Amino acid sequence: MADKSSANAYWAANVRIILISLAVWFVCSFGLGILLRPALKGIMVGGADLGFWMAQNGSIYVFIALIFIYAKMMNKVDREHGVEE
Amino acid sequence: MDQFTLNLIVVGITFAIYIGIAIWARAGSTAEFYAAGQGVNPIMNGMATGADWMSAASFISMAGIIALAPVGGYTQSAFLMGWTGGYVLLAMLLAPYLRKFGKFTVPEFIGDRFYSKTARLVAVLCLIVISVTYVVGQMRGVGVTFSRFLEVSTDTGLYIGAAVVFAYAVLGGMKGITYTQVAQYIVLIIAYTIPAIFISLSLTGNFLPQLGLIGSYAPQGGEISMLAKLDQVVTELGFTAYTADTTNMFNMFLFTMALMIGTAGLPHVIIRFFTVPKVADARSSAGWALVFIALLYTVAPAVGAMARLNLTTTFWPGAKEGSALSAPALSLADIDSKPELSWINTWKATGLLEFSDKNGDGLIQYFNEPKALADANKKLADANKALADAAADADKAPLEAAVAEATAARDAALAEAKLGDKTLAELGFVGNEVTKVDNDIMVLANPEIAALPGWVVALVAAGGLAAALSTAAGLLLAISSAVSHDLMKGALTPNISEKGELLAARISMAFAIALATWLGLNPPGFAAQVVALAFGLAAATIFPALMMGIFSKRINTAGAVLGMLAGLVFTSVYIFLYLGWFFIPGTNVYPNTPDQHFFGISPLSIGTIGAVVNFVVAYVVSMATKAPPQHVVDLVESIRVPKGAGKAVAH
Repeated sequence: MADKSSANAYWAANVRIILISLAVWFVCSFGLGILLRPALKGIMVGGADLGFWMAQNGSIYVFIALIFIYAKMMNKVDREHGVEE
Repeated sequence: MDQFTLNLIVVGITFAIYIGIAIWARAGSTAEFYAAGQGVNPIMNGMATGADWMSAASFISMAGIIALAPVGGYTQSAFLMGWTGGYVLLAMLLAPYLRKFGKFTVPEFIGDRFYSKTARLVAVLCLIVISVTYVVGQMRGVGVTFSRFLEVSTDTGLYIGAAVVFAYAVLGGMKGITYTQVAQYIVLIIAYTIPAIFISLSLTGNFLPQLGLIGSYAPQGGEISMLAKLDQVVTELGFTAYTADTTNMFNMFLFTMALMIGTAGLPHVIIRFFTVPKVADARSSAGWALVFIALLYTVAPAVGAMARLNLTTTFWPGAKEGSALSAPALSLADIDSKPELSWINTWKATGLLEFSDKNGDGLIQYFNEPKALADANKKLADANKALADAAADADKAPLEAAVAEATAARDAALAEAKLGDKTLAELGFVGNEVTKVDNDIMVLANPEIAALPGWVVALVAAGGLAAALSTAAGLLLAISSAVSHDLMKGALTPNISEKGELLAARISMAFAIALATWLGLNPPGFAAQVVALAFGLAAATIFPALMMGIFSKRINTAGAVLGMLAGLVFTSVYIFLYLGWFFIPGTNVYPNTPDQHFFGISPLSIGTIGAVVNFVVAYVVSMATKAPPQHVVDLVESIRVPKGAGKAVAH
């Protein structure tokens, strides 16, 4: 670790990416899958309404995408701050 | 070749593979035993984590839990989101930093970060309660699967399962377990998806079950979607619509959250991320784990919905292409004579499916009794039983009067209750004649319902065993490392040599297997409830402690210990209030029914509130007491950056 301010900047970047990712995580599962389902009954994904599909299948795909995007972005941030292994 | 021989051959081959791998991957050092020498490729580690995570409950029961829930399949989505969404939390909030920390166990991190042996011991306590609870269910699953497919008693099945786990877990440690789990994952995922693909093809014409779930219903020429067809058929029979909204959104929210943070806080899942070579691998390994888990978890809701539709149209042949009541129900004569229906009697023999022709019309009517009728039928059955049990010389007149009265009440209920536009009295039904459909049948009977060849049935048996054995092994490792590394090396005998510690780890694992087997033979009759406790405790104790340890430099010993204890006490007391003190039947303060729950929060969902309690207590106490010393602040700063991870420190 070069110096303290660079470490803080690295951590702040990490926390920012986490907060954005978790916002997507929350909206897709708890939002579309549970809280907003009654309001979005009209939108269909094939034979299922959007909320039902998000709750049973869609949010799982989003979770996978989120983890890989996070891993990729963090690899980049690691290199930018010179803290990669 | 008969089915039994085929099952024996397929299961025998898989077991030989597992033990062969264990001998090849024997652990020689504590680093190999606890963390596979940190040399596991992230994709392999993801596959092993998938097998570790997916238990007998995921493999055998989950599709049925979704399909057959009285509240409808949608509400049960909490399991699907909850048991997968936790991996997002793991990948971002815990795994990379714990890998950077670079030691072997969860209590070890808590002990170092909160610079306290007390904190470490509290974590060991939570870990052992969580893991022992969990492993009992797995050993039971092994026993049940054996007894069902290999025609041995459940107890014998348990002994065989324990012997196999002993052979590869004690020998191989984490290294042997990891590579065995990779093989077990492959067996279980093939076993799960093959029947699902065939059922999806026949019902929806879609090769992928995930597309079949949202596809159209093929037997009616695709004019109606599969889910709409399912809703139509089950509501015609008086059941709640499959896609019906949840009646308690708040509780579904909390339950999903409790499962997510509980998943992220389960020690046997967390330690998987200590086994990868680099911090970056810990992040992607969580993603790979979820990919492999999703292969089963996205198929499960399709299996559930389609198996429910298949089951219903089997009992109501008219439902296949029209309304359920458009043709008579399935006849006993058909069940006994048609080869494609022979599975009904096969599974009736196992007790997972029960039916009886109550009105004596030779047909089996499967429907949902309205509550008034169900109550009246129960009263009538009780009255009949009292009459039958009466002593020969007793005065039977009042008992006979009671039966007559109950019969009249039941007939009145039949005249009231309607299916479609006719009353049950007009239809000639007296009650639901399919009295039991076990959750497990939705997966176990799938190959036979779809008329698949015998080797697929055998593969499902091997898959169920793989799921149960792999989870059991992962849990046993978590327990043995907590005992030998945290309790003995960390507290009781700090000067133990590496060789001694390795021996202690093996002995404690053998002991844990013996304990789990004993508990599996004498199951505390509350397996489902204790699993709720495991998730609730993981959510309310371990997850918040780890997260605060990484994301805050200010949380100190007092805050962490009191936070964990507050989460532990709050969560277990709430569960005990409804399920009995220490699960002793009859000691519960309130009945466990939704109208009695505080704010509608079920004991299954309370872990979320317990986690909030933990966070709040830890924060308030830490703010009121001294900040952690500099070396702890340095530790937190060092785990936040990947650089310099290296090999694990055995210290």
